[in-house]
Amino acid sequence: MSSDYEISDDENYSYEEEEEEDEMEVEDYDDGSASEIEVDGIGDDFKVPGGSERKVYEVDYMSLSQPDVEKIMATDVNYISGIFGVEPAVAAQLLRHMNWNKEKLTDKYMDNASQVSVAAGVDLPPREPTPPPPKASSSRQSSTGPTRTARRSVAETSKTSKSTKRVASPAAGVQSFVCPICFDDSQTETMALMCEHRFCSSCWKEYITSKVRTEAECTITCMAEDCNIVALDPFVKKALTDDMETWERYQELLVRQFVSCIPHLKFCPYPSCTNTVSCVSAATKSSLLTMVPIVACSIPTHVFCFGCPIDADHRPVICAVAKMWLQKCRDDSETANWIKSNTKECSKCQSTIEKNGGCNHMTCKKCKYEFCWVCMGPWSEHGTSWYSCNRYDEKASVDARDAQARSRASLERYLHYYNRWANHEQSAKLSMELYAKTEKKMEEMQITSELTWIQVQFMKKAVDVVFKCRMTLKWTYAMAYYLSLGNEKELFEDNQRDLERAVEELSELIEAPIDPETIMALRQKVTDKTVYVQKRNEIMLEDTAKGYLDGRWSWNATVDGL
Amino acid sequence: MAVSTRRLQKELTDIKRDGTPVGIELLSADDFATWYLSVEVLGNTVYEGEKFALKFRFDSQYPISAPAVQFVVDGQYQAPIHPHVYSNGHICASILSTEWSPVLSVVSVCVTIQSMLASCKKKERPPDNDRYVSRAPENPKKTQWDFHDDDV
Repeated sequence: MSSDYEISDDENYSYEEEEEEDEMEVEDYDDGSASEIEVDGIGDDFKVPGGSERKVYEVDYMSLSQPDVEKIMATDVNYISGIFGVEPAVAAQLLRHMNWNKEKLTDKYMDNASQVSVAAGVDLPPREPTPPPPKASSSRQSSTGPTRTARRSVAETSKTSKSTKRVASPAAGVQSFVCPICFDDSQTETMALMCEHRFCSSCWKEYITSKVRTEAECTITCMAEDCNIVALDPFVKKALTDDMETWERYQELLVRQFVSCIPHLKFCPYPSCTNTVSCVSAATKSSLLTMVPIVACSIPTHVFCFGCPIDADHRPVICAVAKMWLQKCRDDSETANWIKSNTKECSKCQSTIEKNGGCNHMTCKKCKYEFCWVCMGPWSEHGTSWYSCNRYDEKASVDARDAQARSRASLERYLHYYNRWANHEQSAKLSMELYAKTEKKMEEMQITSELTWIQVQFMKKAVDVVFKCRMTLKWTYAMAYYLSLGNEKELFEDNQRDLERAVEELSELIEAPIDPETIMALRQKVTDKTVYVQKRNEIMLEDTAKGYLDGRWSWNATVDGL
Repeated sequence: MAVSTRRLQKELTDIKRDGTPVGIELLSADDFATWYLSVEVLGNTVYEGEKFALKFRFDSQYPISAPAVQFVVDGQYQAPIHPHVYSNGHICASILSTEWSPVLSVVSVCVTIQSMLASCKKKERPPDNDRYVSRAPENPKKTQWDFHDDDV
């Protein structure tokens, strides 16, 4: 065991060894699903020859189930429990408090064990030499229970030390316990954390349930005011004895907390999925500049990007550039460009004017200045040449027109990429709709012709491939917008063009009317084309991924992190 | 019987038998959903001679979840001018949200607010009063409070 921890002296908090060990264990009892771990999550039905090993645009990752993660957590907990000589539940809370950074926890704990324990809520703060909490008279004590004294002390010592505010010792109420929360004196079962703030079990249960269910909180502190003692796992389990559902939710929250602390782990973002993906190579920010870590948990359709929440699969463009592109599409920088390229400013009052018709003799609505739309000079100088401006260009108006031309070019450039980007998204959606219609037709065909179910499945595969490749194409336009001019970009655009052409051809085939006579020929065509399109997509992704690794791509904008 | 009802019944019995601390009075508690209490700050403070009313709203989760507490602003009562009290009566106090503990009670909340007012030296509205009030939700519990100063 100890060897596991000797390697972790680097900053990067590595679990590699444990994972390998874990993977083997998974294979032992995970009834065959372990093979899925190796498979690229995006089901490749049509295998391109030689496509079984990992491709350059894919990342190495592993899907972990909740019990797998719990096992990793237990290893850490046992380790800390062993070297600190504390209960595992205490060790777990100490680790949670330190965001599972064992090295930092060990350092701090060795330095000042009690300070860390108090901060983590596993130990009481040292008693300060303050006078004991004001005792109420015995008659009041028995009538109103311990809170009465607590309330008084809140009022009297509003912001003083914690120890004076502590709820009075429960010793007084052992015979006739009145829960200070529900004031029910018929409750027989009570529970208290080490701070001895005693409450009835049903209040504890309700409190913990509310924390876990509505606040998604896994660090549950004592119910007493200002008490920082944390309910450890055995206590929570006891309180939730007859509510297994909440207990399970609590355990999931513990796993989520752990996963969020470890850079190379990510919780599957799909609703109600409890799997975790481990991806060591994409754990650092800098690694995201050279790869697009698309992963999937053990459920093959749960595809997501390990590096960002932007889109399930934004290959080939890296997270930072994809983010930049979406931001550009969302903000109105191009609105400003539109204004700049389609309007002029009155040279006298600077009002923005759009010319929507009429002659070049303009009169500003606001300041009544009369000018020429072509040269922006005063109309009075135009004399009798009414509708044409042939005046010599002053330097100022040349400059103004240059600036306008630049904004117009920039706008056109953006729209070129944006239109294609949006078009692929739209087409991808439409092809899914088309498929739904086609499927119906295919079902009918199975009845009318001799085709079997399996024989008409080629259509589904083709639609899936078209959809996937349109997503790739969509993001290639975002990438191309930011790529600097040069040979590299030209090669990139060649690949893009080839893929696009292939995809459009396949799209057309899918949309062709299905006829029982010609279906076999269509099937052959579609299947061939599908394989070809997949290959083009592969080339596109492979080339960009290699480009990242070789540092071949240069951007025309500042990319975050570069 | 729901825990919130039993608990509020008990609090009400206590108030009726033992009375309330000085400066705090129960105005009305006709049901177990909404109570009104008045708060006066005693002694030599900036609020001398003023009387405020607090409105408590309880849900079925009380006392596990905090009550919604705000100052009454109507023809009869105004919200005190205090750096943690907005002109619509909403109060920015940690014990009403994150620091709420189920052992606190209606009376203890009043006492805390009373002492919050008592320690105020200068009558001022919160700096972001206008911005907050124009967009505030009806129920102050729906506001995500950000507690920035613990002095007052």
